Amino acid sequence: MNSRKIKTWAWVHKWSSLVCTVFMLLLCITGLPLIFHHEIGHLLGTEVESPKMPANTPRVSMDRVLETARAKHPDRVVQFVSQPEDDDGLWFVTLTPTPAPTDDFKSVVVDARTGAVLAQPKFDEGFMYVMFKLHVDLFAGLAGKLFLGFMGLLLLVAIVSGVVLYAPFMRKLDFGTVRREKRPRLKWLDLHNLLGIVTLVWLFVVGSTGMINTWADLVIKYWQYDQLSALLAPYKNEPTVPVAQRASVQRSMEVALQQTPDMKLSFIAFPGTAFSSPHHTTFFMRGNEPFTSKLLQPVLVDAKTAQVTAAPKMPWYLTALLVSQPLHFGDYAGMPMQIIWALLDIATIIVLGSGLYLWLKRGNTVPAPAAPVPASPGHRPQHGGQQPDPAPAMKVQA
Amino acid sequence: MKQRHSFWHMWGWPIVLGVLTTFGLISALFSDGGLGDMLAWFALGVPVAVCGWYGWRRKA
Repeated sequence: MNSRKIKTWAWVHKWSSLVCTVFMLLLCITGLPLIFHHEIGHLLGTEVESPKMPANTPRVSMDRVLETARAKHPDRVVQFVSQPEDDDGLWFVTLTPTPAPTDDFKSVVVDARTGAVLAQPKFDEGFMYVMFKLHVDLFAGLAGKLFLGFMGLLLLVAIVSGVVLYAPFMRKLDFGTVRREKRPRLKWLDLHNLLGIVTLVWLFVVGSTGMINTWADLVIKYWQYDQLSALLAPYKNEPTVPVAQRASVQRSMEVALQQTPDMKLSFIAFPGTAFSSPHHTTFFMRGNEPFTSKLLQPVLVDAKTAQVTAAPKMPWYLTALLVSQPLHFGDYAGMPMQIIWALLDIATIIVLGSGLYLWLKRGNTVPAPAAPVPASPGHRPQHGGQQPDPAPAMKVQA
Repeated sequence: MKQRHSFWHMWGWPIVLGVLTTFGLISALFSDGGLGDMLAWFALGVPVAVCGWYGWRRKA
């Protein structure tokens, strides 16, 4: 690589990182507690668990569950009902003013066996909520999400350009060299390169899956347009089915479960919500194998008649979105994986921080050699014992 | 021959660590508390250990 190319890549690396670094630091710091949100929820006592009962205890009808939840918030509509993957003894009912997407939601947790209200957790306050919102959308809704997604894209550019620059910097150094005895800047440069190259694939995966997640709202909108519009043609001009005209949700659920044997219910989206159509109650089923449990199969049940309209196959872009979630959260292989996620997150914070430091200290660079030679690959230091010449990029980076 | 050597000298470990990371990330996707999870802990633990080893080490 000649020095002109190195200069170009260094420019790309500098600007892509400079623009996104502050936001990436924010994402890394807020992401750290989010890795352990379940455990923190347990500690704070905000995690709801169903009381222990024999596995074959009969379940109350979903219609009664809905009634109970609506009674708590008579002025609201039910958007979603979901069941945690690890606890089928309870239902989470989410109620909002209208079926439209909103941050103004109330949750009612109903015992699936007794129909009793177990809790009304507030998800919109407290430390973890602030961390979550800062991490997901900076309290700015879709615009905030897309902005962070763009910052994620810049991170990917910074990673790629950083890998390209790794070569000229490391040409004369062994892997893992950290020159501690010299100026602090040299030490931090080496640490930046070391931690950057070691966490490369992980950060690229977490960065790109995070970016994909910021598009979730848009992808779901596109899915409605792409896959549901044909199915909905017969319902043209009909309004969202009013609650009074809806068939039994329990019966609809049974029909949906029959449609997808060997699958488990993940969540129900009610008519008019982002995950359904105005005319359907949509049941999202997940597989019962490790991988398929991360994927969803929607079953659209006509809200008036409780007949299955369709069970369309998930298009590739929704599959990609769903698979990208565990890869971003690191929540798919137990506590050791979460700890590894946290440690790699901390390593990333050091990479970002050292990158910023290297830029701030750019005036204090290693003096340029009299005749900078873009050495040929494989060039070894000629002067035994001395520090190798700084790579050209080290200067242009400043 | 020398070119080849220097390529592996520079990129050998980064490639090994990248492949391990990729393997770890994927293997846990297809496992639920089983062998795949343990392979993932190992495969992803190696890069973490490398960070710690070279990052913390003090030369005597």
